Amino acid sequence: MHPAPSVIVFTVLSGAGFGFLACLALGLLPVAGWMAFAAWGLGYGLAVGGLLASTFHLGNPQRALLAFTQWRSSWLSREGWTSVLALLALAPLALSDWLGLGLGRWIGWGGAGLCVLTVLCTSMIYAQLKTVPRWNHWSTPVTFFAFAAAGGAILAAPGWAAAVLCPILGACLLYGWQRGDGAFAAAAQTLGTATGLDRLGRAEVFEPAHTAGNYLLREMIHVVGRRHAAKLRVIALVLAAALPAVLVLVPLPGMRALAFALHLAGAFAARWLFFAEAEHVVGLYYGKR
Amino acid sequence: MTCLPAKVEKRLGLVIDLDTCVGCQACVTACKGWNDQGAGLSDQDPYGADPSGTFLNRVHSYQVRPEDGPAQVVNFPRSCLHCENAPCVTVCPTGASYKRAEDGIVLVNPDTCIGCGLCAWACPYGAREMDAVQGVMKKCTLCVDRIYNDNLPEEDRIPACVRTCPTGARHFGDLSDPDSAVSRLVEARGGYELMPDLGTKPVNRYLPPRKKGAAAAPALEPLAATGIAGWLDRLLGKI
Amino acid sequence: MTAPRIDTSPAVSDEIRQTTCYMCACRCGINVHLKEGRVTYIEGNRDHPINKGVLCAKGASGIMQVTAPSRLKAPLRRVGPRGSGAFEEISWDEALDLAVKWMKPLRETAPERLAFFTGRDQSQSLTGWWAQAFGTPNYAAHGGFCSVNMAAGGIYTIGGAFWEFGQPDWERTEVFVMFGVAEDHDSNPIKIGIGKLKARGARVISVNPVRTGYSAVADDWYGITPGTDGLFILSLIHCLMQAGRIDLDYLAQWTNAPMLVNGEEGPEKGMLVKNAERQPFVIDRRTGHPAPWDGPGVEPDLGAEWQGNRTVFRHMAEEYLDPKYAPEQVAERVGIPAGRIRGLAAELAQAAFDRAFALDRPWVDFRGNRHDTMQGRPVSFHAMRGISAHSNGFQTARALHLLQILLGSVEAPGGYRLKPPYPKPVEAHPTPHFACTPGKPLSGPHLGYVRGPDDLALLPDGSPARIDKGFTWENPFSAHGLMHMVIPNAHAGDPYRIDTLFLYMANMSWNSSMNTARVMEMLTEKGADGEYLIPRIIYSDAYASEMVAYADLILPDTTYLERHDCISLLDRPISEPDAAGDAIRWPVIQPDREVRCFQSVLLDLGARLGLPGMVAEDGSPKYRDYADYIVNHQRRPGVGPLMGFRGNGDETGRGAPNPAQLQRYIENGAFCQAHVPEGAAFFKPWNAAYQDWAVRLGLYETPQPYLFSLWSEPMRRFQLAAEGQGDRQPPDHLRARLRQAMHPLPIWYPPYGDADADYGYPVHALTQRPMDMYHSWGSQNAWLRQIKGHNALYLPTAIWEGQGFQPGDWARVSSRNGVIEVPAAHMAALNPNTVWTWNAIGKRRGAWALDKDAPEGVVGFLLNHLISELLPGDGRLSNSDPVTGQAAWFDQRVRVERVAAEDRPAGRGAQPQFPILPDPPRAGGGRGTSFLRKLDPDFRRKSGEGAA
Ligand SMILES: Nc1nc2c(c(=O)[nH]1)N[C@H]1C(S)=C(S)[C@@H](COP(=O)(O)OP(=O)(O)OC[C@H]3O[C@@H](n4cnc5c(=O)[nH]c(N)nc54)[C@H](O)[C@@H]3O)O[C@H]1N2
Ligand SMILES: Nc1nc2c(c(=O)[nH]1)N[C@H]1C(S)=C(S)[C@@H](COP(=O)(O)OP(=O)(O)OC[C@H]3O[C@@H](n4cnc5c(=O)[nH]c(N)nc54)[C@H](O)[C@@H]3O)O[C@H]1N2
Ligand code: SF4
Ligand code: SF4
Ligand code: SF4
Ligand code: SF4
Ligand code: SF4
Ligand SMILES: [Mo]
Repeated sequence: MHPAPSVIVFTVLSGAGFGFLACLALGLLPVAGWMAFAAWGLGYGLAVGGLLASTFHLGNPQRALLAFTQWRSSWLSREGWTSVLALLALAPLALSDWLGLGLGRWIGWGGAGLCVLTVLCTSMIYAQLKTVPRWNHWSTPVTFFAFAAAGGAILAAPGWAAAVLCPILGACLLYGWQRGDGAFAAAAQTLGTATGLDRLGRAEVFEPAHTAGNYLLREMIHVVGRRHAAKLRVIALVLAAALPAVLVLVPLPGMRALAFALHLAGAFAARWLFFAEAEHVVGLYYGKR
Repeated sequence: MTCLPAKVEKRLGLVIDLDTCVGCQACVTACKGWNDQGAGLSDQDPYGADPSGTFLNRVHSYQVRPEDGPAQVVNFPRSCLHCENAPCVTVCPTGASYKRAEDGIVLVNPDTCIGCGLCAWACPYGAREMDAVQGVMKKCTLCVDRIYNDNLPEEDRIPACVRTCPTGARHFGDLSDPDSAVSRLVEARGGYELMPDLGTKPVNRYLPPRKKGAAAAPALEPLAATGIAGWLDRLLGKI
Repeated sequence: MTAPRIDTSPAVSDEIRQTTCYMCACRCGINVHLKEGRVTYIEGNRDHPINKGVLCAKGASGIMQVTAPSRLKAPLRRVGPRGSGAFEEISWDEALDLAVKWMKPLRETAPERLAFFTGRDQSQSLTGWWAQAFGTPNYAAHGGFCSVNMAAGGIYTIGGAFWEFGQPDWERTEVFVMFGVAEDHDSNPIKIGIGKLKARGARVISVNPVRTGYSAVADDWYGITPGTDGLFILSLIHCLMQAGRIDLDYLAQWTNAPMLVNGEEGPEKGMLVKNAERQPFVIDRRTGHPAPWDGPGVEPDLGAEWQGNRTVFRHMAEEYLDPKYAPEQVAERVGIPAGRIRGLAAELAQAAFDRAFALDRPWVDFRGNRHDTMQGRPVSFHAMRGISAHSNGFQTARALHLLQILLGSVEAPGGYRLKPPYPKPVEAHPTPHFACTPGKPLSGPHLGYVRGPDDLALLPDGSPARIDKGFTWENPFSAHGLMHMVIPNAHAGDPYRIDTLFLYMANMSWNSSMNTARVMEMLTEKGADGEYLIPRIIYSDAYASEMVAYADLILPDTTYLERHDCISLLDRPISEPDAAGDAIRWPVIQPDREVRCFQSVLLDLGARLGLPGMVAEDGSPKYRDYADYIVNHQRRPGVGPLMGFRGNGDETGRGAPNPAQLQRYIENGAFCQAHVPEGAAFFKPWNAAYQDWAVRLGLYETPQPYLFSLWSEPMRRFQLAAEGQGDRQPPDHLRARLRQAMHPLPIWYPPYGDADADYGYPVHALTQRPMDMYHSWGSQNAWLRQIKGHNALYLPTAIWEGQGFQPGDWARVSSRNGVIEVPAAHMAALNPNTVWTWNAIGKRRGAWALDKDAPEGVVGFLLNHLISELLPGDGRLSNSDPVTGQAAWFDQRVRVERVAAEDRPAGRGAQPQFPILPDPPRAGGGRGTSFLRKLDPDFRRKSGEGAA
């Protein structure tokens, strides 16, 4: 799949944002006053920034509100609802933290739950797609959760918690890659099944349907070099999980911020790979993946 | 509307005969022509170094190497299959993608499509192309603006690609009616679905290429005769 | 929720105008939809006899041809060096004055110094007539490099040809065999026909080294080695004859098989024995005595021997029963196992004889014999350039006709049927005319059918009269001329120099020429006097093609929706076996540029030159324009370009000119048909009812029954000359080849290109027509070029795997003539010793209003650079069939070497490359630019704003 920057930014930032917001809601990072304003502001900023980024992916962003209409069937629509509801639901608590209104923390539980749902919905946009075997698996939501949790924890949770969550994320990534690499083959769709020509013999592309480019080729077919991918995986693993896991335990000022910055960078790399390495079955028709 | 209709009254679709399709691409440009009419399906850099455009129907060409017998080439038209269980519809966040209850045609409402592309991701068959100028998703409409069009003569109320196909490899009809010509064709020729295990339940069917190879004709028996004269005697004696 | 209400019944257009497609030469009927005067949509005309409503990929994108930015917009005069592409726009008056200034002195002093050659136009009856009036012997259309072997091989044998001049009886045939057909001129009819066979479950068989397109759907495929079809066919004939599975009755009645061949040494040896009335005769089986060949009740004896003369049939038996034609003997050479050859022979016999049927249609033959039924033979054939574009193609075409005849299927129900004005024997065609006198027209048409050495176009000193050396010992039956030799010969001054080359609709500096790179040089080379070796070139094109840069004067044409055209029975009509048909084009839109219909320009030029037939008594132009000519010109009294709506409007075929004729055509969908009566629909060469109908329609003046020529006397006359008989003698260096090629019975000899195999070029190299592109013109079409914007060289598995090719690799392909370096791809369904590519996808950079970096120019390529126009050795023999001069494109042999992707410098495109052509002044614009589209009302409708 084409690793569109807007979608990468959207999923990375909103994932981290909702993770962080959930941590704040649960009170993992006790904040008050302007500190609270900054923390909640960062959480909202990440989440809203991510959501806004996603609109750059749209052909007709001015109609984006229509995306709220199909919550009964569409994970994308649900994601819209949950994200907005989460942001709304957490507003009283954020205000309370900032202005010292002293509302009970329990009123954030619903919001935290909505954050979790949002991350679930985001991940399900991808995980639901049978057309992309690498994504079409429980490990996709789990990894999204791991990202949200680790990102949130790096910023908001006690060092030990972050230090535990980061390796879990690392494990998710490693598992995801390992499974993902065989996923397309395991889904057992081939040019032969895509065309039904397997009933005649071994099928392969003779001539392309068109020599010019088209949307499908641009959007669904992206070939990453193997060496390139391996390098990026290491970078992603080190930046998103390994280094933060260590840094969060270093009791120096600014370490959390550094850890989060590295984590985000790693998350971008991982997410780029998430798209770039994902192979859509439509590529079979073109003899490309 | 993103939910699929509980029940469709008809299952209109195409039956494409791979034994007959010569890969001429006529259905590709006829489709483009009907759906463009000067503006509907844009082209980018049309005379340039990297042209690209929106088409609703593409014809591939594959080679197949059977276990026995020489290699074959099979031409393979590909457009929307109007799936019963269309994932492109259920993923759509806006309801722009929908399946019509009256005939099962899957359409995009260009007024409400936000161009998120998710439906194209969900379609296993590459049947959807985003128009780069309009920012909305385009797909085969089964020529819904022809098949019921009172401004067209009755015989022309068929899809443009079917009307133009010179070999008659494309058939249009109601696949829910077991007595329709298309259903009978599917029955007789073993028409199949593409990637059935993805659960999309396509309406369109493909008729597989017939078995190729020599006919079973009785071998020729040389006239038992020696020399040309003998041969002539035997041969002309038959008259 | 409910689905949005959509308008399922939108208005389609304001108006439909029916005319004839010209995205290729197939001539389908189209409905052109207009809105506010602009073309919005083109679909097939359901009532049209050719396409019955369907369109091909090109036809359905004609709209993009009419809006292409490459359209020329005004006459151009060259201002820079030739080939530089520097032009200035001039007015039509200036352009025509200039042309007259160049041409008039030629006509008055040496008309042969004007050479007028046209491409695949459909107005050869006009252009030929014009050239005849001018008085130059140098005229032909493209047929010589196209498929004259098909035409001539057919005419000399059955009085009709494949090409688009006949077709299988699609309704009744059970087995249909195609030899070397990728797309054909009869594009849509063949596709419709194959579709019918498929729907009925009838067998389609393809003989072709490449298994694409029609061959891909064929039920059985014979991946023959190129150039060996003749041998393959003769082997089939061997099997059929050996088993006696041939139609003796048919042979005896309708062919010259029972005629006697003179066996006596001397000038008549091998000619048919004639009686005192100079008529050939047969031996009547009933009496054993000679009897008139057309005598009522005569039963010709196929096996007769009379006074030492044996029948043609006996000669056939001796030739074809020879073990050299046994499948086991030919299998390796043709690349098909013996068992498969025997199998096909058996399948043909089974279809022809075991599945024979009779139609309940009584008919009377030319002998006066009445037949109660029509004997059906449900086996049919078609062939095109795959057999004709070889140097043995004429004989191969004859062999295929012989096969059809042995099966009794030509003109039989279920077999191959000719379309009016065919059948038409050689005798009904003119002989070539070439003797020119300054200031006078030629005494007759240029092109024709040679009966013997006396008809050759030779000057008194024995040198060629024509610039292309048509109708000489080198190519005696060159019924369509040799357009591919005009530039090389004019450049070489062999046989002489010309002054002005006048070309129409032929991209001779690119895909229509062999040895393209060299031809471009020939067009620009100058002599010692500083003058171009071809001093003047006038060219009519409609688009900014590669050829434009090489002309001195450009006469820009209209596009096909903007002009009148005439698809005439005098030329290449739209007949069906059951009906004569012709058609028109008419301006369904008006040109928005300073362009003129070329045919009108030609008539205007003719009038300015004072050519006979083109000026009225008072010296004024006789015809206002082409439309006026179409209506009012008469070839013979009552017979004009169009057969329909003559006289008072109700007369068909013959009748006075009718001023309302074109309007009547328009009302009738732009075509007219005259149906063959049912009892006349088969066995046309011998069917009295057909002959009478044809005379009534004006196809000929008297009935023309004839017998099929299995033994060709015209050919034998050349063999005799080659053997030293007669006073017109060929040069010695051509004797052996004439003796071989002019064999009066169909034979096979290896194509001349095979000689290259011994010089390190073992592999056959072919091109095929893509169904979705027409030669060079398709690339300017924004839709079509997205489908095929570049080509690859397809390599068989043996070469691909043998040399370790990987996807993305390129191939260096060399021939005796040059080297190209091109993208390679693998094809499994291919003859193991053959490579091929799509024809004419490669473009010269800068042409056709395409970006200079367009894939057509950067990676697209032509095979033509590898093909020499000359055979090796001195003497400048053309790379053509020795009988007809048919360009032997497919004789090509090459060597293929792998160029690994990683060994190619980045950005290196296909080789060779030529300097980028500058853009000539042209219309510009084009469709597909985005912003304006949003303002377009149609756009809003289509994008859904019309939705309720
Ligand atoms: N290697 C290889 N070469 C081949 C062949 C092959 O099989 N292999 N085939 C050969 C054969 S059979 C043929 S017929 C030739 C064809 O080759 P060409 O006759 O050169 O055909 P086109 O490329 O179509 O070029 C015709 C020219 O006509 C112009 N034209 C198009 N429409 C109009 C119009 O309305 N008016 C005017 N005035 N001009 C117009 C086009 O712009 C173009 O420049 O190629 C030959 N070349
Ligand atoms: N779409 C489209 N239609 C066209 C044209 C076009 O450019 N585009 N051009 C028109 C013109 S000008 C012409 S002349 C016709 C030509 O129509 P075709 O004759 O169909 O043209 P080619 O593509 O040259 O086809 C030659 C075929 O012969 C095969 N072949 C080559 N050598 C041999 C051989 O030795 N034996 C056998 N059995 N097969 C062989 C090739 O593989 C190929 O399939 O098409 C006309 N129609
Ligand atoms: S083919 Fe694709 S676009 Fe069409 S209905 Fe099925 S899933 Fe949807
Ligand atoms: S691109 Fe349009 S039709 Fe497709 S899912 Fe998005 S909104 Fe729906
Ligand atoms: S049915 Fe209509 S929209 Fe669909 S592929 Fe055919 S022509 Fe195109
Ligand atoms: S028009 Fe018919 S024969 Fe041609 S590519 Fe389409 S389906 Fe195949
Ligand atoms: S075959 Fe195609 S391009 Fe040729 S005349 Fe017919 S529709 Fe037009
Ligand atoms: Mo041709």
